Amino acid sequence: MDQWLIAVLILGCLMMLAAVRLILGPTGPDRVIAVDTVNTFTIAAMVILGVVYQEIIFVDVAIVYGLLSFVATLYVAKYIGGEL
Amino acid sequence: MAATLDIITSALLGIGVVFNALGVIGLLRFPDLYTRMHATTKATTFGSIFTSLAVIVYGLATFIGKSDTQYLTLAIHAFLAMGMLAFTNAVSAHALARAAHRSGQFPAQAVCDRLAEAKS
Amino acid sequence: MIPFLVTTGIAFVGYLILTAGSGTIGLWSPTELIMGIILAVVTGVLTRNFLCRSRDYRLLSPGRLLRLLVYVPGPFFIELTKANLDVAYRVITGRIRPGIIRVRSNLKTDLGIFMLANSITLTPGTLSVGIDEKTNDLFIHNINVGEGDEKKEYIESKDLFTLVNLPSWIRKIAERDREGEVS
Repeated sequence: MDQWLIAVLILGCLMMLAAVRLILGPTGPDRVIAVDTVNTFTIAAMVILGVVYQEIIFVDVAIVYGLLSFVATLYVAKYIGGEL
Repeated sequence: MAATLDIITSALLGIGVVFNALGVIGLLRFPDLYTRMHATTKATTFGSIFTSLAVIVYGLATFIGKSDTQYLTLAIHAFLAMGMLAFTNAVSAHALARAAHRSGQFPAQAVCDRLAEAKS
Repeated sequence: MIPFLVTTGIAFVGYLILTAGSGTIGLWSPTELIMGIILAVVTGVLTRNFLCRSRDYRLLSPGRLLRLLVYVPGPFFIELTKANLDVAYRVITGRIRPGIIRVRSNLKTDLGIFMLANSITLTPGTLSVGIDEKTNDLFIHNINVGEGDEKKEYIESKDLFTLVNLPSWIRKIAERDREGEVS
């Protein structure tokens, strides 16, 4: 069972590294892609956590989380492009 | 049987984590928005596909071993999460690149920019 | 009427996939089947005008669906792997030559353009940035523009891919009705 928890731990560390770009990022779109990366890692980690805790509900939450973050990214993109 | 499954899932998880790490290094290292977007969309999508594949393999193997339908459901839902991730990452990367170019961010160190020429 | 049926069918299939493994009739329990039919009809009534807006039902034919199912894990995944190894090389060495180029797609339907833009974003060191609405040309940010490509007016879409000719696959899935005949 150990390899799953180690993978989740590494993904957590990678999320913090992506958050460095979120703080540094000189422009708005840079910050948005950093948030997008953190969201992708969150989904991957949640799917793995479903195996760690033997609970399918984690995977379902990951699907809904991904779709919501997709909609949020599209709206932020519209705002940046000046179409909103 | 269990040892083989452990080795296969560890290998898939390892590949996935390595590509995710490469995506983050590219995000921190590349000089401008568009090249950073290359690193994040491709590498993190590929890495997450492999970590999800590990879960799918685990679910299917346990379903065949124990014939408990709970594990089949786990595999199917992980597969759905994987497909959704690949699809939405591509579309949102396209939307963000288009919006950034419209808002006046041009690629650094570029050898040519046909889109800016076409719009002017 | 056709949009309603298509939307209801897709919603019902989605519900069945999400609830697989819940009971004894095949993989499903009777409660889930009845609830699925009710929810699918409600979804179809509410959203029938959103899903099939272009009135283009090409993807419903079984041959095209089968080709799509072969395309995604086959040629597309090969190119995806190659593109990721390429990006990994550029992340480590930092050797880049970026630029935005114009790519002639020669596709006519929205579905074809959509699939080509998504394939380009996920595959060979390229990222689709914009589209020319009149000629359906794509503007693509390439991380490593080939020598001499920056002087050309446009390049053909099949020149972007080296291992497999993805645009011809997309044309077979989304465009041509018979072999040799362009719809």
